[in-house]
Amino acid sequence: MTDPWFDDAAGPVVRPYAMTRGRTRSSSDEARLDLIALVIAQSPDGEGDAKPQEDAAGSGQGDGGGAAVRPDGGSHRDADVIADSTLAPEHVDIVLRCRHAPQSVAELAAELDLPVGVVRVLVGDLIDSEWVRVSRPVPPAELPDESILREVIDGLRAL
Amino acid sequence: MAFGRFKRGAAASPAEPVTLKILVAGGFGVGKTTLVGSVSEIKPLRTEETLTEASRPVDDTAGVEAKSTTTVAMDFGRITINDSLVLYLFGTPGQDRFWFLWDELAQGALGAVVLVDTRRLEDSFAGIDYFERRRIPFTVAVNHFDGADVYPAETVREALDLDPEVPIMVGDARNRESARDILVSVVEHAMRRATSAAQQHEPAPAR
Ligand SMILES: Nc1nc2c(ncn2[C@@H]2O[C@H](COP(=O)(O)OP(=O)(O)OP(=O)(O)O)[C@@H](O)[C@H]2O)c(=O)[nH]1
Ligand SMILES: [Mg+2]
Repeated sequence: MTDPWFDDAAGPVVRPYAMTRGRTRSSSDEARLDLIALVIAQSPDGEGDAKPQEDAAGSGQGDGGGAAVRPDGGSHRDADVIADSTLAPEHVDIVLRCRHAPQSVAELAAELDLPVGVVRVLVGDLIDSEWVRVSRPVPPAELPDESILREVIDGLRAL
Repeated sequence: MAFGRFKRGAAASPAEPVTLKILVAGGFGVGKTTLVGSVSEIKPLRTEETLTEASRPVDDTAGVEAKSTTTVAMDFGRITINDSLVLYLFGTPGQDRFWFLWDELAQGALGAVVLVDTRRLEDSFAGIDYFERRRIPFTVAVNHFDGADVYPAETVREALDLDPEVPIMVGDARNRESARDILVSVVEHAMRRATSAAQQHEPAPAR
C-alpha cells in the first residue's frame, strides 16, 4: 500500500514538494539529472536555444508552452514565460535564470534554495513543456579525453 | 547567417560548455569547504540532496519505518576554465553513513581529493578505500593544522598504504595556490591514467 505522505524517490511530502504538487519525478526523465547537467533555455517554439533574435522559419514542434506567445522583441522577451499560467513561479524563475546563462542543476538548487530533488522535478516539467533542455543529463561513463584534461590543467595553472 | 539553418541540431549552441566535476572528500572538519572556497570563483554554495535510505539497517530508533530519508548538505564551487569548460567542485558529506550518496556524486567525476589531517588519519580511510575501489583518480592532500606534528609526505603515504601512483601533497586548504596545486595534481593523475589506459588498448608505436 502506498503512503500518500511518502514518496520513494523523495521521501516525506514536505513543504518544498508542494510546489511540485507532490510529484517527485518528472515524466520526461527516469534517470536522475546529474548535478552538473546544464539547463539551457529554449525558445518556446522548440526551435533551439533562446536567443535575443527570432527567426520564424521552420515547422513547429509541439508547442508545449501552450499560451506562449512569440515575444515581439528584446524588451519583453520574458513576458512569454511569465504569462504561462501552467507554470509555478519557481518554474519561471528557473527559465529566467537559464535565459541569462545556462545553469547547472546544483547551482539552481543552491540559488533557489530548494532541495536538488525538487529542482529535478521542476526542470523535468520545463523539459516536457520545452522551455528548457538539458545538456548531457546523465554522467558520461568515460573520462574526458586528454585534450580536455590538458585544457583543465592549463586553466587551473593560470588561476 | 548559417546559424539559422541548424537551429534544431546540437550544433545550434556552440557556446554550450562541457561541465566536469572533482570531489573533495575527507573526515569532519578536515578543510573540505575551505578548499572549495579557496579556488572557487563563487562563494561555496550549499545544496541539499534528499536521500532515501531504502535498504539500510534500521538505527536504534525503534518503531521508525525501516525506510527513512535524510537530507544531506553538499557544498560546491565553480571554476570557469574558459567558454567551453566549467569545473565544479563538490565537497562530499563527511559522515560515513552517507557513503551511498557518493555513488551518484562520483559518477562521471574526473577525480577526487582526499583531505587528511595527520592527527586523525583514520578519518580518511573510508574516502581512500572508496576511490581506490572505483578506480577514480585521487590525490591525497595533507592539510597541516596548527599544533599538529609535521610528517614527511612519504611517511603519510606509508601509513595510509597508498599505491605509488597516488599523488600525495602537503598543503594548506586556506591557501589558493596550494588548493590550486592540489587540483592540478588530480587532473594530471587522471591524465596519466587516461594515457596508460590508451596505451594498453593501442598497438605499441613502431619504434
Ligand atoms: N591550519 C589549517 N586550518 C585549516 C586548513 N583547512 C581548513 N582549516 C580550518 O579548519 C576548520 C574546518 O574547515 P572546514 O573547511 O569547515 O572543514 P570541512 O571539512 O568542510 O568540515 P565539515 O564540513 O564540517 O566536515 C576551519 O576553521 C578552517 O579554517 C588548513 O589547511 N590548515
Ligand atoms: Mg564543510
